[in-house]
Amino acid sequence: MADPTPTAPPPATHDAGEPIAEHRSRMRVTIDTVLRNRLAVIGLVVLALLVLAAIFGPTIAPYDINDINIADRLQGLSSSHWFGTDELGRDVFSRVLVGARVSLTVGFIAVGIAVVIGVPIGLVSGFYGGATDSWLMRLMDILFSLPAILLAIAILAVLGPGIVNAMIAIGIVYTPIFARITRGSVLTVKESVFVRAARSLGATDTRILRSHILPNVVAPIIVQTSLSLAFAILAEAALSFLGLGVQPPEPAWGRMLSEGRGFFQQAPWMAIFPGLAIVITVMAFNFVGDGLRDALDPQQRSVIESRGVG
Amino acid sequence: MTNYVLRRFGQMMLALLGVSVIVFALIHLVPGDPIRVALGTRFDPDTYAALSERAGLDRPIVVQYFAWLGSALTGDLGVSFRSGQPVTTLLLERLPATITLAFAALFVAIVVSIPLGIVSAIRSGSKLDYASTAASQVGVSVPDFWAGIMYILLFALALSWLPPSGYVSILDSPIDWLRHLALPAVTVGLISGSILFRFVRSAVLEALHQDYTRTARAKGLSEREVITRHVLPNAWIPIITVVGLQLGFLLSGVIVVEVIFAWPGLGRLALLSVQDRDFTVLQGAVLLIAAMFLVINLIVDVLYAYVDPRVRY
Repeated sequence: MADPTPTAPPPATHDAGEPIAEHRSRMRVTIDTVLRNRLAVIGLVVLALLVLAAIFGPTIAPYDINDINIADRLQGLSSSHWFGTDELGRDVFSRVLVGARVSLTVGFIAVGIAVVIGVPIGLVSGFYGGATDSWLMRLMDILFSLPAILLAIAILAVLGPGIVNAMIAIGIVYTPIFARITRGSVLTVKESVFVRAARSLGATDTRILRSHILPNVVAPIIVQTSLSLAFAILAEAALSFLGLGVQPPEPAWGRMLSEGRGFFQQAPWMAIFPGLAIVITVMAFNFVGDGLRDALDPQQRSVIESRGVG
Repeated sequence: MTNYVLRRFGQMMLALLGVSVIVFALIHLVPGDPIRVALGTRFDPDTYAALSERAGLDRPIVVQYFAWLGSALTGDLGVSFRSGQPVTTLLLERLPATITLAFAALFVAIVVSIPLGIVSAIRSGSKLDYASTAASQVGVSVPDFWAGIMYILLFALALSWLPPSGYVSILDSPIDWLRHLALPAVTVGLISGSILFRFVRSAVLEALHQDYTRTARAKGLSEREVITRHVLPNAWIPIITVVGLQLGFLLSGVIVVEVIFAWPGLGRLALLSVQDRDFTVLQGAVLLIAAMFLVINLIVDVLYAYVDPRVRY
């Protein structure tokens, strides 16, 4: 341990055992490792394209997504309608493109909710231990013991269907995973020399948690975030497919799939393309997540991986 | 060992109790009068009075919870606000279809993933390994309902090999039962198999790199003996756990697939009860599904302790 000056503690972000230079080089190594992973790079490129589609979708789409044109209904694939048209004559390609916005928004916000609730629970639980820990973890176990999609449906039964409620429901469903992962990492970090040093310097619990423990448990949380995004997008698609998530006329992929079901035989493209969009998005997040895991946290076996998908 | 089983059982009961509180809270968190909501346009004062009396919604909430819990323990989960039928009857009617689908899907998953996972690990880096790893990557990324729709498009509509949906009891016609079961079982089984494959492959790979495997080779055992006597017995343990966990998910998590294939299981019942706002049925379904899930997890844990002589509790 370097000689900390008791009167003037170093800046909050990287004191005690984490010099700036080492921090930067570690990040550099992580980025290099991820970039050497071909699948992760493919995932990143696909995600970048999806984000572009989500932002500029409505501007670059060849047709207005709500442009109803009954004369052109259920048209097959053609140069004017790449992915055909739906039962109202709307352009499926445009709707799939704009649908990226819904999927990504729901995915990011839902996982954001899970991180914002789950990480503090894990931090507190792991740091304080004792009764707080056992009550919080029991609660998380109970939530975890309910199958993901069933819990989401039950929450939506109470809150009512809709895009905002779907995000809340998915967020609650994935909260226990973040709480558990964070808690596990806190348990290993909290006995470290730098934490004891900070404590002996008189740092408060909040300060220790924020400045010393949190930065050291971020790696597994980042990995889990990426993998959870994949599952959140699948969950949103399932809920929208069931009519509990995004409501019409908003173009969500899951919703488009369920609308396509009625026109299986005449217009299979209505179901094929939104589904492919989901598969590609989920794969991209999985690739990036796996790449990040290899780089940041090779020991971790994702809890979520054994959890299956609803 | 007995102590361990008892402790795990106690934990499971505690979790189940927690689930029961959440499930019970469901009905009370819904805005408005749940019975009025459920009856909707078919509102009739007599039915309303009868259902309210039965549900006892005017009593203090703690009293209601214990009354509900007490009846639930004796198998009485109340009556459906919609049809007036006992919830337990409705659930028991749907249970066989769900169990059938879960085991059929698990069968598909095991048959595909275990041999492929073992071979992929032994010949890691080969074309087969590469192809099956890629396939499992697709498998875990495909939404089950979309895969189901694609199979219906291909096998039922385009090729007319199998019926697109529905359920036939095995007692009525074993062949029709199997024909109806095939597509939903493959839909769920291949996704579950993709998850299982990753675990089998990594468990076998890990065992292949252990010291005991090197020793076995050094001793001059044939590769076949090394694998069957040293690698596989050690790889089984994590695999059993994941198979068990998958069974738990299959019993509980195939709601959307049941909907697509009009499969009369618990998941579809739960969804219909949400759409009908029939909350007693939803409560019952969630409770039963969670209970099955917890019991299977308990069995998996105990089995794990039993098969692994290194695990001491």
